[in-house]
Amino acid sequence: MQALLAFWGTHAPVLSVLLPSLTAVTLLLLGDHDGLSAQGGPHGGARVRWRRALSLASAALGLAMAVGLVARAASGELMVYELGEWPAPFGIVLVLDRLSAQMVLLTQAVAVPVLWYACGGWDVRGRHFHAVFHFQLMGLNGAFLTGDLFNLFVFFEVLLIASYVLMLHGLGRERLRMGVHYVVLNLTASALFLIGVAMFYSVTGTLNMADAALQVARLEGDALWLAQSAALILLVVFGLKAALVPLYFWLPGTYAAASAPVAALFALMTKVGVYSIVRVHWVIFGVDAGAASLTAQSWLLPAALLTSVLGVLGALAAHTLARMVAYLTVSSVGTILTGVALFTPATLSAALYYTLHSTVVIAGLFLFTELVAAQRGTMRDRLQPAPAVREPVLLGVMMLFGAASAAGLPPLPGFLGKLMLLQSTADLPVQPWVWAVVLGVGLMTLLGLARAGVVMFWHVQPDDGSVTAAGSSARLLAAPWIFMGLTLAMALAASPIKAYTDALAQQLSDKDRYAATVLQRQGGPEVPTTRPYDGRRVLPNDAAPTGAAQEDRP
Amino acid sequence: MSVEFLVATGIGMVTACGVYLLLRGRTFPVVLGLSLLGYAVNVFIFVMGRLWTDAHPILIGNEPVADPLPQALVLTAIVIGFATTGFVVELALRSAHEARSDHVDGAEPGRHSAAAGRDGGVG
Repeated sequence: MQALLAFWGTHAPVLSVLLPSLTAVTLLLLGDHDGLSAQGGPHGGARVRWRRALSLASAALGLAMAVGLVARAASGELMVYELGEWPAPFGIVLVLDRLSAQMVLLTQAVAVPVLWYACGGWDVRGRHFHAVFHFQLMGLNGAFLTGDLFNLFVFFEVLLIASYVLMLHGLGRERLRMGVHYVVLNLTASALFLIGVAMFYSVTGTLNMADAALQVARLEGDALWLAQSAALILLVVFGLKAALVPLYFWLPGTYAAASAPVAALFALMTKVGVYSIVRVHWVIFGVDAGAASLTAQSWLLPAALLTSVLGVLGALAAHTLARMVAYLTVSSVGTILTGVALFTPATLSAALYYTLHSTVVIAGLFLFTELVAAQRGTMRDRLQPAPAVREPVLLGVMMLFGAASAAGLPPLPGFLGKLMLLQSTADLPVQPWVWAVVLGVGLMTLLGLARAGVVMFWHVQPDDGSVTAAGSSARLLAAPWIFMGLTLAMALAASPIKAYTDALAQQLSDKDRYAATVLQRQGGPEVPTTRPYDGRRVLPNDAAPTGAAQEDRP
Repeated sequence: MSVEFLVATGIGMVTACGVYLLLRGRTFPVVLGLSLLGYAVNVFIFVMGRLWTDAHPILIGNEPVADPLPQALVLTAIVIGFATTGFVVELALRSAHEARSDHVDGAEPGRHSAAAGRDGGVG
């Protein structure tokens, strides 16, 4: 046990990526050729039970390791893990800081209840659900932990490929139709990502995030323009992932078409976009970046406010509950990015607290949507009168809880997150805009969800015999309740969480310490190297070019 | 006319063709467009390490070497692009089979509204 803990202590960051990867490979090797059933349901052979046990155990172990990561990061320690022991900036590093640890914990905390829910029947409606699910976790954890821009692209691809398959899980015409759109859009975005990263490399000569933050501050002239263009191209890519105006149109249809556990897991996918914007635009192109400071602000802030408003308008117009929750995802991303786009540590801290809460609430609401839909006969989750559900009290309370939490009513954490955001904008010139949008969106969210609740629970028709008690098993109900419990826990533990996110924002602002830690083995940021590399070599004690090297320019 | 100009216009042409095909209504041209875009991006990454002639790919003595990093990046990008193209081809085939149409919206443009109405307005 002692040896295991010591092993984890040395390799903590990479183990959070390797565990889901090895689990997925094991699950693939075990095969998935039995127990397929069209209706789902808990039946299935011993092999299905084995797969579920292995999958759940791995996710739970991942959760425990993520808690360990947060405990380590909370002390302020920056852990740099060199893959293959190549020192940064020439090798690829994984960096564990407060932000990475928080996002990995959020991923695992959402994944475990979602997996539990999927074991209630969804996982046998298609092949290899568990394996692909763990590949998705590998991509998410890797994207959050990496300290290298190109490695971020690679983990994006891992999580996207897994998400393509998960999105199509269960098949059906609507899923295939939305799947084609989703895949083509994301492949185009990947091409843009590569263009942005390559342009960035050509002017800074580095892909290491810590090093890049220092290099960008020194740019001027043409190189500066190129770097800023690269930053804005990357903003398009991350904006598409995060569902920012005008790039959110794919999201509602895709999330509404995906199966419930997959949609709940996808609540994390938009946060990957938010995370990347924080890493690239808040840190590398943030304050103190010389002439490139605040490159994205003039685009990000209006887009974020507009996303928030358009998202909630979409939710009001939605005709099914799944689409409404999907639009609320868009709206919450707008609120989070508003906090990011103000570029102060206080607003970032509030935005990250709100990220935790909104991801969990949205995931819970997606699972809840399917439970209600299962009990409403042929109307499914359409917002039209239907026979009463079998368990109006239980589901109604859940709806009330989720709605109050999403809209931000006290004393739930949605309220606390929005209050922190409003407070942190107190001295900024854009304060009236932020207050108007955040408060107005909260009111409209409440209106939309109240309308949905009234139609579904009060505006009922006599039973036409199509109502079943489906979806009322304790196993299925447990997952959304866990999410609701988590939001409640976040409200109760608001003070320590806020202290953590405050420290997180401070840590992100301190770019010099970050760079000094990451580049330590290379000798610190001051050691000169030839970057961007153009064929001329500079020796440490001799600034003059040596050798007959020159660039071949006709 | 410099080599840089030739390479840049070449990448621009391929990108333009890729974007044009990407905006078509059938899945086959869209997949071709994605592939073309992928090729353009791969060459773009490659030239972002500057254009070289007569340079070694690895360090030999004190002679100039071509920047090795973009070469490594482009290999990764090619592998990933190959895998995703394979996936999107399979997805397009499956979608065409299920919807009996190779339109990207899963239905022939004229029949779309009727089909949506029959399915109860899903989507």
